[in-house]
Amino acid sequence: MSNSPNDSSSGPRQHLVEVGVAAFMALLGVITVIGSLQVGIGWGAEGPKSGFFPFWIGLIVVATSLYNLVRAYTHGSRKLFANWHELTQVLKVVLPLTIYVGVIPWIGIYIASALLIAGFMRWIGRYSWLLTLTISIALPVVTYITFEMWFLVPLPKGPLEDLLGL
Amino acid sequence: MSHTLRRRAVAVALTAVAAGLYVTPANAWEPTRNVEFIVPAGTGGGADQMARMVQGIITKHNLMKQSVVVVNKAGGAGGEGFLDIKNSKGNPHKLVITLSNLFTTPLATGIPFSWKDMTPVAMLALDEFVLWVNADSPYKTVAELVTAMKAAPPGQFKMGGTGSKQEDQIITVALEKATGTKITYVPYKGGGEVAVQLVGKHVDMTVNNPIEAVAQWRAGKVRPLCVFDSKPLAGKEKIAGDLSWSSIPTCKSQGLDIEYLMLRGIFMPANVPKDAVDYYVELFKKVRATPEWAQLMADGAFNQSFMTGADYTKWVEAEEKRHRDLMKEAGFLATN
Amino acid sequence: MDSIGDLMAGFAVVLSWQNLLYMVIGIVLGVIIGVLPGLGGANGVAILLPLTFSMSPTSAIILLSCIYWGALFGGAITSILFNIPGEPWSVATTFDGHPMAQNGKAGEALTAAFTSSFVGALFAVIVITLAAPLVASFALQFGPAEKFSVFFLAFCSFVGMGKEPPTKTIAAMMLGFALAAVGTDTVTGQLRLTFGSHELLSGFDFLVAVIGLFGIGEILLTMEEGLSFKGKAASINPTVVWQTWKELPRYWMTSLRSCLIGCWMGITPAGATPASFMSYGIAKRTSRKGDKFGSGEIEGVIAPETAAHAAGTSALLPMLSLGVPGSPTAAVLLGGLLIWGLQPGPLLFVEQKDFVWGLIASMYLGNIVGLIIVLTMVPFFAAILRVPFSIIAPIILVICAIGAYTVHNNTFDVVMMLVFGVAGYFLKKCNYPLAPLVLAIVLGDKAEESFRQSLLISQGGLGVFFSNGLVSTIMVLGLVALFWPALSNLYARLLTPARPT
Repeated sequence: MSNSPNDSSSGPRQHLVEVGVAAFMALLGVITVIGSLQVGIGWGAEGPKSGFFPFWIGLIVVATSLYNLVRAYTHGSRKLFANWHELTQVLKVVLPLTIYVGVIPWIGIYIASALLIAGFMRWIGRYSWLLTLTISIALPVVTYITFEMWFLVPLPKGPLEDLLGL
Repeated sequence: MSHTLRRRAVAVALTAVAAGLYVTPANAWEPTRNVEFIVPAGTGGGADQMARMVQGIITKHNLMKQSVVVVNKAGGAGGEGFLDIKNSKGNPHKLVITLSNLFTTPLATGIPFSWKDMTPVAMLALDEFVLWVNADSPYKTVAELVTAMKAAPPGQFKMGGTGSKQEDQIITVALEKATGTKITYVPYKGGGEVAVQLVGKHVDMTVNNPIEAVAQWRAGKVRPLCVFDSKPLAGKEKIAGDLSWSSIPTCKSQGLDIEYLMLRGIFMPANVPKDAVDYYVELFKKVRATPEWAQLMADGAFNQSFMTGADYTKWVEAEEKRHRDLMKEAGFLATN
Repeated sequence: MDSIGDLMAGFAVVLSWQNLLYMVIGIVLGVIIGVLPGLGGANGVAILLPLTFSMSPTSAIILLSCIYWGALFGGAITSILFNIPGEPWSVATTFDGHPMAQNGKAGEALTAAFTSSFVGALFAVIVITLAAPLVASFALQFGPAEKFSVFFLAFCSFVGMGKEPPTKTIAAMMLGFALAAVGTDTVTGQLRLTFGSHELLSGFDFLVAVIGLFGIGEILLTMEEGLSFKGKAASINPTVVWQTWKELPRYWMTSLRSCLIGCWMGITPAGATPASFMSYGIAKRTSRKGDKFGSGEIEGVIAPETAAHAAGTSALLPMLSLGVPGSPTAAVLLGGLLIWGLQPGPLLFVEQKDFVWGLIASMYLGNIVGLIIVLTMVPFFAAILRVPFSIIAPIILVICAIGAYTVHNNTFDVVMMLVFGVAGYFLKKCNYPLAPLVLAIVLGDKAEESFRQSLLISQGGLGVFFSNGLVSTIMVLGLVALFWPALSNLYARLLTPARPT
């Protein structure tokens, strides 16, 4: 963890983040409009076509988002959105979670979950290896018993489970 | 420790003895884990009910050592479920139950799959279609209904059905062609809902499967006009007053030359061992022999055809071609 | 009263030790199912269905319907403790339930939620007992246009509130509608907005969105604020149930109104989720403390929970008398009835009296048993918040991922959960309201579907939405609800000059 003095006093400004969010929403709106145009936006004899509602909804998203964008830029709060230290904290969840989500299709949800819990407890919580391992192994096992054995809900499995014949 | 070891040794020995005793035939394949039974439709529909019934029968009669797990994959008019099977090449622990969307979904949406991406296992039954009107309506026969439809402005008569560009709408288009009228087709999500919409007089007619409408028929709320099959239904048991399933005339005899039956069949992913296919064929034979299955067949007035192997494949092939023609005529083929 | 006699006979059927045991098992299983977002009531019922074939239909339906009650109760637990709605209808419970937990009042929130659930369900059962035949014929009047008007009403009574800037509210809501549109268009059978992606075939599921927006988003916010669960210090107080109960009668008006909303939405059948939103919205508008909603008002827990349960319970009526399932769980139960050789439909009440009244009697008893069980667990649930954040957070993440996966058995949904989580963090920090977005995802495609079905029936004429007394009334109510804030403002302004200052 870096603790440079700037960490708590600097960071992205609120209005700039709001501009970014509004721009992203406008983009989603544009995508919606394009998708609607592909399937037809007319109002046929039997009522609206598939793209009719999404088209207008997309347009409203674009319009309101552009308004929000301009408004945020001109009138938005100049305060900090969050300081770098706080954002680092957030990233400490987002990055492991991204990796977790990314590896589930390959190694299955059980192993991935064990790794996620162990990593989190060890590096962020700084718990002892014993407690870390206990919880990170127990939870997937309990999950397996509850979901696969009791409720017969299949969850994604990887090579290890195949090897064990589970 | 030694105790567990000994116990395990005994278990191994017993298994060996068991294996020795039952001289296992060539099709010794058996599922080694839970079998996923995919339903390419939502919960509560005809296919879902049949899948859960099969699951129940297998559990109750202990027909399989492993469990059957019913999984609904309804997205994209069932495309989600079929794509899952297509992408599970060689996995003998997956089954899928089909409805007509096996043929209609790839044609209507362009989702890339076909029955050729799967291994046909068995035809369980064929589902019938009956033309229903509200019991309060003045139409007692097909002829009366058709006369009224011809007299009314085009589109005034409304047909309620399940899904869009699927079996119910295909029949509706055939009905339009046969009578030279224009019917407004209103898609709903499930067969039960369609039946209730007819009872509530929000639509004028439906082509519900027998099982979807039987409760309303017994209560005297709806009236069957004809069945879209070449011969009348089998059930002789009295259902509504003096009427039984067998008293419903065929549509052909009423001057409507339309036949439509829907496949309730089982498929597996491609490239599975032949032994596995044989195992499931045997399994479904056992399922069909149970009293619960017989009851379901009678309640739903199903056409109890059963086919496997080459016959089945041939049947599916012909049916696919027929659907392609029907869909093409109706203008339901995906444009892109 | 004929039905009272039938009900007593029903109690006689149900009150055996064996059936009471099934009830307890069912409730406990149901609570587990409700707590884990990956297991819906439908899962539990579906999986146990085959196992119940060897029981008598009455015992089996008692077991299964108790799972249903248990799941209804259980959905509130994770909503309040972790801001993760275990079931769709508990989303509205998070709005005030989770802030209450953060303020150290998790026990109060849970007690209020459970008790309200009980009140709502009880009210609905009484309605079913007394008015079953009437209600069934009322439900028959609901065609597409009427259904649309109900969705419209639910929507109008929820939107137009909140302190957020209106353009942000509109943008968020419309984004919800756009997300709801992705996938197969049920009316034409056409794929839209999928851009050739097979993952998007089934569209964005509501549960995936809420697990991400609320559950993951909440964890990100907590991380930013420095690794601690607010409300951690909450003392475990065994008398919390009594203390909360003393407070509850004050909100009888909210409860009664929520019961009525819930029954209405359950029968029509719009379902428990819209009912909870609508009830929350109306409570917020009419309550004197309306502007404090969202920061931990107990009334904001009572309203949605009562309505959700009243709706969830009354939704069983259309299932039994018409054969139309009001929810996926009900759909599976319906399948079960068929397998037992019981045909849901108008004749079920006549031909299978024992069964129907046994079921209704089990609704009374099941709810009482359920309430006792969950209330005794309140201090235990509240204690979960004392587990350190760095242990509980990864566990919550895992549970969220499982929950997202099981919606469609698709790992793509887990990716979407993460995306929604990050989006939830930014949207919340930028003062976009999440509730209208979520409501739009829930109601969007249903509303559009019934709107377009109506137009098919009317052959394109919009007059269908004012074509009869029923639909016009609901539409007008919706419009009134939509413009209520403006109307009441106007009213206040008209009154002000008259008052000497």
